[in-house]
Amino acid sequence: MIRRIAILTIFTMISAAMPACSKSEPGQGGEAKPGEAKPGEAKPGDGSQAAQPASGAAVADAAAIRIGVLNDMSGLYADLAGQGSVEAARMAVEDAGGAIGGKAIAVISGDHRNKPDVGSAVARRWFENEAVDVIVDVPTSSVALAVNEVTRGQNRVFLASGPAAAELTGSACSPNTVHWTYDTWALANGTGREVVRSGGKTWFFITADYAFGQALERDVTAVVLMSGGKVVGGVRHPLNNNDFSSFLMQAQGSKAEVIGLANAGGDTINTIKQASEFGLGKGGQKLAGLLVFLSDVHALGLDVAGGLQLTSPFYWDRDDATRAWSKKFAERHGGRMPTMVHAGVYAAVRHYLNVVAELGDEGDGRAVVAAMKRIPTDDPLFGKGTIDPNGRKRHPMYLYQVKRPNESKGPWDYYQLVREIPADQAFQAPAETGCALVK
Amino acid sequence: MSAVLSQLLLGLINGSFYALLSLGLALIFGLMKIVNFAHGALYMLGAFAAWLLYDKAGLGYVPGLLLAPLAIGLLSAGIEIALIRRLRQLDPLYGLLLTFGLALLIQAAMTLQYGSSGLPYPVPAFLVGAEDLGFMFLPRYRAWVIAVSVVVCAAVWLVVEKTRLGSTLRAAAENPRLCEAFGVAVPRLITATYAFGGALAAFAGVLAAPIYQVSPLMGADLIIVVFAVVAVGGLGSIGGSIVTGFALGIAEGFTKVFYPQASTTVIFVIMALVLLVRPRGLFGRTA
Repeated sequence: MIRRIAILTIFTMISAAMPACSKSEPGQGGEAKPGEAKPGEAKPGDGSQAAQPASGAAVADAAAIRIGVLNDMSGLYADLAGQGSVEAARMAVEDAGGAIGGKAIAVISGDHRNKPDVGSAVARRWFENEAVDVIVDVPTSSVALAVNEVTRGQNRVFLASGPAAAELTGSACSPNTVHWTYDTWALANGTGREVVRSGGKTWFFITADYAFGQALERDVTAVVLMSGGKVVGGVRHPLNNNDFSSFLMQAQGSKAEVIGLANAGGDTINTIKQASEFGLGKGGQKLAGLLVFLSDVHALGLDVAGGLQLTSPFYWDRDDATRAWSKKFAERHGGRMPTMVHAGVYAAVRHYLNVVAELGDEGDGRAVVAAMKRIPTDDPLFGKGTIDPNGRKRHPMYLYQVKRPNESKGPWDYYQLVREIPADQAFQAPAETGCALVK
Repeated sequence: MSAVLSQLLLGLINGSFYALLSLGLALIFGLMKIVNFAHGALYMLGAFAAWLLYDKAGLGYVPGLLLAPLAIGLLSAGIEIALIRRLRQLDPLYGLLLTFGLALLIQAAMTLQYGSSGLPYPVPAFLVGAEDLGFMFLPRYRAWVIAVSVVVCAAVWLVVEKTRLGSTLRAAAENPRLCEAFGVAVPRLITATYAFGGALAAFAGVLAAPIYQVSPLMGADLIIVVFAVVAVGGLGSIGGSIVTGFALGIAEGFTKVFYPQASTTVIFVIMALVLLVRPRGLFGRTA
């Protein structure tokens, strides 16, 4: 009896401690059967549905198109990406009919736990042993940059929705990568510029100390300096920090007009929450969340988040098409509305599948991405768009303001449109990115 | 100077949580020789219990501060009776594995139900606002956290060191068989101790709810640091765990000023150094 409990415990631990081994249960009816992802068959929220046999899969599924959703399934970014991204990818597969030219399309998923080494190991295993054709999402820029290189080396496809670092289409740009949803340059150009325009001249940064935070701080700093502003100080905190009081105190002491938060997810939530506790807004200082997701606003509540400005290419309540898709998504995702990352996953996978259907072949990653750039994009969430030579998906961005409690008419009614940033201004011009693919 | 003072205070706040949690761990380890990896999960459940009381039953902060630890204490007693007790005859490693597994299960179940971003819990109305101390802006709620933690820690220390109940507890830790021969119901004492440790963790969780998000990950983020605190203080030392908890909170606070990038690692560096010099921890007794 005791022994059994102990053994069970060990099993539990191993399976829980190694989410990096993806959400699949090899051997449990294992292989991704053709039609697995057909409409109606996919069970929402059923993580184990993603079948991923440990070996022999390559042989069994060489004929299938395999999409691997790789993101944070268990940590501070799990709500903004996580299982919702898997659901979004499945929806795109279902909309494509579940198969292309007789080839079944399978969606598998994995947890990179925000660690570049874990992420690149999963990516390599997926490509080398499990015949995955395309990796999608990958929030956490440091992991995304690692996966970007693995994908380039294996000549497959990387559709980035979650990560922010503009390097993905700049110094690290790759002929195998499309960066879909947003990036640090667009955020700086959106929220950053708006805050400077409304009078915030001196800045203090609270920055997550990894690729993303540093990139965002750099891009916003450029905007601030260009607009005649000044950066008076900053502090870098480790990813997944809990207590921000010390940093907020330093920010308060700096007397900067604007405190820019170059962090994301759980870190942003805790910073904003604790800033309101320390009465930061009252001293005339303004808090600028440079990357804010719908899931963050939901978690904070409008009492605390009301009035924040943010930049996003997607909001579920923007028009009829986004509303219709989002309601469908929420039904499958425990009533939670999609973030821009989820929307980006859907749209990117949709465009990918359209292009593969037209090419009739998904084997050569470079050829697929080249075709994705050649063929204009069109989907219900981002509208018509294009992909720049450096891999940057180009669409309008929107500057939103979070509603205050008395302005919100119901659950998830959170954003108020301030202004649209047209597609040609929303992202950096390819020639200025320093990407080697742009001649 | 004012910067130093304010960081000292902020460090004390984090130290309060470390002290409350490591105190419970030390109690449990002292009597049961089990490293309770589920402690972080119990802390998180305490915060969730308070949130549920607030959201579903409309009960405010003060009832939450009393009821949530009670509920989690009962749950802990259940865990001890149903699971941990069965491992008593085995190597302590099994207890560690069991509690670690439990922690993962609880955390995953809560993540599935509530997501990872957490839920908002308001600062109680009577503690809203902040005092301008001249050198810093101290939210009243944080002052409250320090005060309550110090009182609770001191009370527990007094009970364990100065009362008859405490001496029974220490006797049972020292030699359970002899203690039983003297008519002490040791198994019941163990259940009560584990329940009390769990309740302390839940209490810390309720204290933390208005500061951090009530999130399934809040325990996992904290527990590893708390283990380092316990290791530095000396496993099983009640007073040691309290003092070390506050002291390491302060050390972490200062790191956040001088080299913030290292603020999450500094405690482990200290742990490594202490263990090199004194393998039993600062306050640990030699067996």
